[in-house]
Amino acid sequence: MNTVITAIMLPFLAAVLISLLYKRLPRTRIGWFVLFVPVSLFIILARYIPAIAKGETYSYSIDWIPSYGIRFSTYLDGLSMIFALLITGVGSLVILYSIYYLSARESLHHFYIYLLLFMGAMLGVVFSDHLFVLYAFWELTSISSFLLIAFWYHRKNSRYGAQKSLLITVSGGIAMLVGFIMLFVMAESASIRELIATFPSLSNESLFLPAMILILLGAFTKSAQFPFHIWLPDAMEAPTPVSAYLHSATMVKAGIYLIARFTPIFGGDAIWFWLISGVGIFTLFWGSLNAVRQIDLKALLAFSTVSQLGLIVSLFGLGSVALSFGSSTESVIYTQATFAALFHLVNHSTFKGALFMVVGIIDHELGTRDIRKLGGLMALMPITFTIAMIGSFSMAGLPPFNGFLSKELFFAATLNIQQVDLFSLATWGWLFPVIAWIASVFTFVYCMIIVFKTFFGAYHPEKLEHHAKEAPIGMLISPIILACFVIGIFLFPNVLGDSLLRPAMTSVFPSIAQVSEQLPSISIWHGFNGPLYMTIGVIAMGVLLFRILRRWQPVYRLLPPEWSLNALYNLALVQAEERSEKITRSYMTGNLRDYALYVYLFFFITIGGGLYLTGAFSFDMSNNAQIRIYEWILVFVMMIAGVAILFAKSRLTATLLNGVLGYSIAIFFVLFRAPDLALTQLVVETVTTALFLLCFRFLPEWKKETYKRKTKVFHAIIAIATGTLVTLLALSVQSNKMFESISVYFENAYELAGGNNIVNTILGDFRAFDTMLEIVVLFIAGLGVFTLIKLKAGKEEQNIENK
Amino acid sequence: METLITILVGILVAAATYLILSRNLIRVILGTSLLSHAAHLLIMTMGGLKNGNVPLLGAGAPFVDALPQALILTAIVISFGVTALLLVLVYRSHQEAEKDDVAQVREVDDE
Repeated sequence: MNTVITAIMLPFLAAVLISLLYKRLPRTRIGWFVLFVPVSLFIILARYIPAIAKGETYSYSIDWIPSYGIRFSTYLDGLSMIFALLITGVGSLVILYSIYYLSARESLHHFYIYLLLFMGAMLGVVFSDHLFVLYAFWELTSISSFLLIAFWYHRKNSRYGAQKSLLITVSGGIAMLVGFIMLFVMAESASIRELIATFPSLSNESLFLPAMILILLGAFTKSAQFPFHIWLPDAMEAPTPVSAYLHSATMVKAGIYLIARFTPIFGGDAIWFWLISGVGIFTLFWGSLNAVRQIDLKALLAFSTVSQLGLIVSLFGLGSVALSFGSSTESVIYTQATFAALFHLVNHSTFKGALFMVVGIIDHELGTRDIRKLGGLMALMPITFTIAMIGSFSMAGLPPFNGFLSKELFFAATLNIQQVDLFSLATWGWLFPVIAWIASVFTFVYCMIIVFKTFFGAYHPEKLEHHAKEAPIGMLISPIILACFVIGIFLFPNVLGDSLLRPAMTSVFPSIAQVSEQLPSISIWHGFNGPLYMTIGVIAMGVLLFRILRRWQPVYRLLPPEWSLNALYNLALVQAEERSEKITRSYMTGNLRDYALYVYLFFFITIGGGLYLTGAFSFDMSNNAQIRIYEWILVFVMMIAGVAILFAKSRLTATLLNGVLGYSIAIFFVLFRAPDLALTQLVVETVTTALFLLCFRFLPEWKKETYKRKTKVFHAIIAIATGTLVTLLALSVQSNKMFESISVYFENAYELAGGNNIVNTILGDFRAFDTMLEIVVLFIAGLGVFTLIKLKAGKEEQNIENK
Repeated sequence: METLITILVGILVAAATYLILSRNLIRVILGTSLLSHAAHLLIMTMGGLKNGNVPLLGAGAPFVDALPQALILTAIVISFGVTALLLVLVYRSHQEAEKDDVAQVREVDDE
């Protein structure tokens, strides 16, 4: 079964080919070349529909990183089939539409490369069986979506929208990765199929809940659920084919795919149920509420997408309750919710795709999407109007369109859920049908706004850039095909249901035997029952609200704009930047003294703290050598000289005191029987002192320290503490001799190196590497001094200018 | 003897620390110079100051430890190189910026 691998790889291959071919290909032909890819994939995949409908599944895997057990494994079953057909099918139509939509002046090859990347990544997401491969494709969809949103990168809003969507979806993606790792740790397997088959219940594991929440974060951010929906309206800055494809039909459904895929693992848990159903139903309500206030058609559609996605997500939540009943006839009733979710998923892709394309046509032909400027287009654009009406009425849930059927199923599911006496649904279950009904009323209202505000009323040619005329046929083909699906699915819902949705039900509920056979088929007319009365109520209330829209729309202005989620997001970004800048500025002062203080502070904490905590301090004088009287004198001279430097009034005194220290050390070297050291120290100290004096000739006399008295005391405390700590540390080390010195070995200097001076043989033979590099240090220092004095780049430049 | 030298090292380190925290660049360099003196003394002391003969084979055993001496010799030369470079750096920066104060030198950089 290499077909699936081919399906994933073909778009990537085509993307590479475009980048190679775009200069030779005539600009108008690129789109046709691209169109070939999804169409052929759609046909290849469609050939598997009969086999999938019989319940067969296909898997195939190749090793990717075998040492980490990461396999590029793919899995084709009912669920991935639905998504793959949507991706390739809607993808074909969108590419066909884009050929006519985008002008040849755009950088078309970029557009199609990004689009193909996205298509391949999306197919990878739905076909992957391995958690980490799934994650890799998941992020690739985020990135390609980012590139597509910012396609017109010279616009500020495009860049803002792209950045926002990337930030939100990638944060969710990373949360999801952490969740995946937790799953992997719990089950010691990264294959989703193995997870489902061999670990029916992970709910006793301590990581179960965090893993669930983190994976849901990924799904919610991607599928624009509340409160992460804010990126979707801003992503509308993308070209309309992108909005139609990514932000209505495919990418936003990746999160839904994830929820459906992981339902067998997490489903049946109360938190899973409430999180998904609760967030979903609230998103449904919130999205529909906000869609009504929009004046930009694309923003309206964006909020309607948010709302419809919420509907689908909540249906998956309602369906997951069936998993807690196990294999019984009772559970089959609740699985209908999931069936409705899958059904609406397909329906939403058809009508939302068509609606976006319609808006694109209006934008393309008239130069605006503002509903305040539009009106009276019905007679001028009859075909566009028909498609818009079919799409909107389907979205509103009216017969004879497919949205009606899925909305009826949705209402039936919300009514059914009240009968469950699990998860405290007996007390709170009534909320579901109520919120669903209110949200549907708003859905009805904004659907009417699309149709009536755009196509009815008076025509205002003076507000438009171009005179209204029907779009070219090429642009109309795709929405017409989608509109045909909208009606076709209504007329023959069971063709879709039996061939695609039922096999997918087995994927979502593997533990409930024969779930796909027990489901009743969808009927267009299901008699007078609860859902139908609810729909009639929606229509009545919706018509009323639409009539008096002007009177209640000002309600939206009651809430100040600073209270919106967008304002919160922007505030968070600004604050994060300002705060981090403030924090960094507070300690990166650029002042040498402060950095030195940090070093000392670190020294106190690690060394002092370590000495204190481990109790390592010890003091032992028994091994000390005897002190003779002239040694006492020398030590006191050095102590006094060291302290006196601090109080020296002139730099000359300070330098001479430094010299006193150096020569005293040389004398110590004599006393401690180190003739070579004594010689070197004498010479070096002389030269250093000379250097100091030489520099002074060119420097001003040093001023008194300008620090305040308080600062000086603070510095003194730091200095004394450092000195004390060094002393304590050294004393502790001296008192704990761990082993004998290795220097006895060097006493074989004559036998091994042929020299009598042990120190010199160490420097020249035993450890000659040190000496070589020390010479290099001296050499570099010499070069540095020379360069510093000789080269005066700044001044030479000035000279050139003056010439 | 070792204890006495160690206390001396502590005093030298304290003085060096105080100098390094000051504003004047020459003081800072004096501080580093002082710190290297302290370090050399400390290495010497850590090797043990037991009485023994000069580490020349003709002098006859026992010898004092020769390894710290070799280490200090290397360290002296390196610290000399660094001090020389730092001094010339101060000289140059004064020549270019007419400043020898840490904070003022920084302001010049910002321009």
